[in-house]
Amino acid sequence: MKTATNLDVYYEAVSASDKLAPIQEMIRACMQCGTCTGSCPNAFAMDYTPRQLWRLVLLGQKDEIFRSKTFSLCSDCYLCTLRCPRGLHLTEAMDALKQIAAGENRAEYKYSILFNKNFMQSVRRHGRVKEMEFMTNYFTAVKNPLVPFRFASLGIKLIAKGKVSVSWLPKARFPLEKIFQKVNELETPP
Amino acid sequence: MRYLYYPGCSLEGTAIEYNLSTRCIMHMAGVELVEIDDWTCCGASAAEATSDLLSLALPARNLAIAEKMEDVDEILVPCSACYLNLKKVEEKTRGDQRMMNTLNTILAEENLRLQGRAVVRHLLDVIANDLGAQKILSLVKHSLRGLIIAPYYGCQCLRPYTVFDDPEVPQSMEPIIEATGAKAHHWDMGATCCGASHMNTRMDVGIELVAHILEGAKGADAIVTVCPMCQMNLEAHQRKISHWRHAELDITILYLPQLLGLAFGISEEELGLNLNLSASDAFLEKIQKAA
Repeated sequence: MKTATNLDVYYEAVSASDKLAPIQEMIRACMQCGTCTGSCPNAFAMDYTPRQLWRLVLLGQKDEIFRSKTFSLCSDCYLCTLRCPRGLHLTEAMDALKQIAAGENRAEYKYSILFNKNFMQSVRRHGRVKEMEFMTNYFTAVKNPLVPFRFASLGIKLIAKGKVSVSWLPKARFPLEKIFQKVNELETPP
Repeated sequence: MRYLYYPGCSLEGTAIEYNLSTRCIMHMAGVELVEIDDWTCCGASAAEATSDLLSLALPARNLAIAEKMEDVDEILVPCSACYLNLKKVEEKTRGDQRMMNTLNTILAEENLRLQGRAVVRHLLDVIANDLGAQKILSLVKHSLRGLIIAPYYGCQCLRPYTVFDDPEVPQSMEPIIEATGAKAHHWDMGATCCGASHMNTRMDVGIELVAHILEGAKGADAIVTVCPMCQMNLEAHQRKISHWRHAELDITILYLPQLLGLAFGISEEELGLNLNLSASDAFLEKIQKAA
């Protein structure tokens, strides 16, 4: 058993560095100048600054990266990408970290992962996002009664203005199923 | 002038008034919009947080359908997030045959093929550059003189692809606002982030970002936006933010084509002004009295 456990740890480490490898490649030229941190509108709420996060990525510190909230606080404003003196695609690197977290269903990022997944499920079912279905499913999935409560007054306003439909949803037609399946097939390693 | 038109999901739901007002002013300007057949979601910001390939395949499908339609190559997109997702495919497939082939392998499942002809244009780009301030001026029937309007651009129509404006100090909206008779509010918050979906997943952070923007607009009668996400973030939580900041931060938030429509003499109803969450009576009265 002991051997198996060690092997598990070993395999996990290997697969961790595999997953980080493409991101390390993207930001290899980072010179730690901190322009990204100085530009980031969300840096005030982060534990590690963006600059520190890129160093952790280059060092392969997967545990530390995925204990941090930093990448999940990126709001895709592209200011760091625009200003990076090395021309690195930093916003895309943040997205790549979000994709790893979503793929591993990491509990630390529950809210954003469930938000995005439920959004994509609604798109998969109808081709276009149905906001009422998506938000209802998101509220159910987070299992936190305080979350829908925060949105109650806004939800009522939107319904009153006829902006979100409360009628029965159209039956799912799955119009994008072939595309979703093909993407999945191409992304699954042989 | 003719454009293919990609409204996107929000313009059928929480941003109906953006759709109504865009169609209204384009009609007035003699621009024909041809909606893309059976368009589907661009992936928003959710696809890129789950799969890189999916985030390109979803917009690519819409571009491939657009290329099959008409002999018009330009696609008009009012939503900044949709605009960026569609633009990303245009930019990433240009000169990258491998990327084009990968996307076409996926699209072949629906018997679609992307050729790389489509040119994605943001509504603001089309208003500022194809119509231009002169054309806007010629359509104004009800001058908005006396009003001060804060131009808010947000992020994704400006960055990362710098197509039609300065990505940090944008100015394309100012001549358009001034063509209506109103004055542009001078501030440095026009290109800052509204927090995007933080308002749903990390409200504490989203509120902080929006509070700075609302504070910066002090002195203006309204803020105009060109994105449904920015619009919702700026208008939907004003009472909470005012309470939390111990300040009166309520302000009218309009979509840019709604403001233009008011200056063109289009009725409030046609422009969907009753659907806004923050169009104050005081503001609407001031519009009536303007000129």
